[in-house]
Amino acid sequence: MTSDLIAGTPAATGEGPQEMRSRSELTAKEVLREVGSVLRMSEKEASELTSSPVENDEEQTMIINMGPQHPSTHGVLRLMLELQGEKVLRCKPIIGYLHTGMEKQAEELSYMQGGTNVTRMDYVSPLNNELVFSLAVEKLLGIDGDIPERATWMRMLLSELNRMSSHLLFMATNGMDMGAVSMMIYGWREREEVLRFFQKVTGLRMNHNFIRPGGLAADLPAGWRDDVLTILEGLPPRLAEYDILMTNQPIWRERLQGVGVITAEEAVALGTSGPILRSTGVAWDLRRDLPYLKYKEVEFDVIVGSYGDSFDRYAIRLNEIRESMKIVYQILDKMPSGDYRIQDKKVTPPPRARIDESMEALIHHFKIFTEGFKVPEGEVYVGIESPRGEIGCYIVSDGSPKPYRLHMRAPSFVNIQALPHMMRDGLIADAVAVISSIDPVLGEVDR
Amino acid sequence: MSDAVVDSPAPAEQLYGCVVTYSRGEKVIHASRGNYIATLKKAIDDSFTMCTDLTAVDFLIYASTNRQLPSDISGERFEIVLNLISLERRERLRLRVQIAEGEATLPTAFDLFPGTEAMEREVFDMFGIEFEGHPDPSRILMPEDWEGHPLRKDFSVGRIPVQFKGAPS
Repeated sequence: MTSDLIAGTPAATGEGPQEMRSRSELTAKEVLREVGSVLRMSEKEASELTSSPVENDEEQTMIINMGPQHPSTHGVLRLMLELQGEKVLRCKPIIGYLHTGMEKQAEELSYMQGGTNVTRMDYVSPLNNELVFSLAVEKLLGIDGDIPERATWMRMLLSELNRMSSHLLFMATNGMDMGAVSMMIYGWREREEVLRFFQKVTGLRMNHNFIRPGGLAADLPAGWRDDVLTILEGLPPRLAEYDILMTNQPIWRERLQGVGVITAEEAVALGTSGPILRSTGVAWDLRRDLPYLKYKEVEFDVIVGSYGDSFDRYAIRLNEIRESMKIVYQILDKMPSGDYRIQDKKVTPPPRARIDESMEALIHHFKIFTEGFKVPEGEVYVGIESPRGEIGCYIVSDGSPKPYRLHMRAPSFVNIQALPHMMRDGLIADAVAVISSIDPVLGEVDR
Repeated sequence: MSDAVVDSPAPAEQLYGCVVTYSRGEKVIHASRGNYIATLKKAIDDSFTMCTDLTAVDFLIYASTNRQLPSDISGERFEIVLNLISLERRERLRLRVQIAEGEATLPTAFDLFPGTEAMEREVFDMFGIEFEGHPDPSRILMPEDWEGHPLRKDFSVGRIPVQFKGAPS
């Protein structure tokens, strides 16, 4: 390491500094952009404004850091806030504190190992990450039509249960951020029941690597149906408790309603997805609008809000738990018998018993776990609805057993861009409510 | 089948003045640097109002003859890939732009899709492709004094020791 780097000399690439700059260093146009005029004014209106749109003296404002070490930032999100008194004038999220180069790492791992990598990105809904990765690899292999029925329905079951556990965690953290500390315990308690089921099925509470290209790692264990039913029957009275504790409570409503408002036009322009987009009234859910797996065969409602505020985003997630329960009941009825993975010896390992008696099976097993399977050349993008929005997987294959390029389109990474627009002209006390309502997972933002 | 039939394929499908190809059933259009912004504007007018993803690929060590490109597009080192969504028609569209190594710049799509701001910063950070007119051309994931662009194929894994700002040398 050279001393130039320590001194903070700009690198040869000539990029600008990451931090929010003070008003005196900015031109009027740059200030306009930072307060979101791109989304609110036409270019003509903006050019007519010659001076700074917010007439504030430099002395009356201050820039403070919130995070990266702050309990309400859900990890290591750092926000630079320009404050005037208690009012937030500008906000800039600074990310990268959890960047671990997972996309680079993915180029070094075979398709067989890739699942262990992607599952650690959005660690609150790991099964959805594995699902989108597997769907993309299967599309490249051209076996996406041959996946057994049972494997598809099992994937839906796990995906929906994961959506429930993720939203239950949101209920817990959102409650805690608002000061409803008992809610935190309740949310974790309910989520724990779902995680206990995951542990029984996959062996792990998180980061399962259970959904793999070609199917799943194992079949559902004996008695799984009773376990799922126990979860489904236990939840409604708990959700009714949430309604008493939060939804219908005046303090809770005061705290969230009208806070962090975003319009439908802004949400679409910013590329947001999931509950943030739906809170503005845009009924866009990939499960319904660009269906994957067997979502065409189940009935559910897409929950939308109308005001685009933090309360809508809370209410959408609460009701999506109920919709997911509805889907899981239908999955229980429709779960077919059959194989849990494709019997293609080039993609999935042979059953353990076959290895003892068949030389060919032993060779396939050895090849899959040492070299991995080769994937034909091409590029695909697959997007599915994760609890946080559209999670996408873009893979370029060069015909080798490792992806040439793997890119994950992380919903939190995009959604976090809406923060400055939601916070503008709000109170610093509401900043926590707004961050919480985005429900970012920093593992996914930074990858 | 006679050779003549093979030698004269049907004229390539066009959309917004760009060649259309299909990759595993997904619609891909190939724009050039020159008509990139114009193509995006046409796509917006055609209801592709949401840009879900913008990323890049470094084809440094990929045999260019195997790249699945239409015949009149020559493969360059970098490629920008955009994924657009039409909320009205419930369709996806992918746009690929070739970027030569020597002139790794592209006009920013920020004015058309403000949501690409973070994605373009990420591409700049990871690949060193600069976006002309981007309002905040700074690194987003790596520290601001980091040297090099990690997702380039000539940036090897673990080659450079971890750098921390202000750490004693």
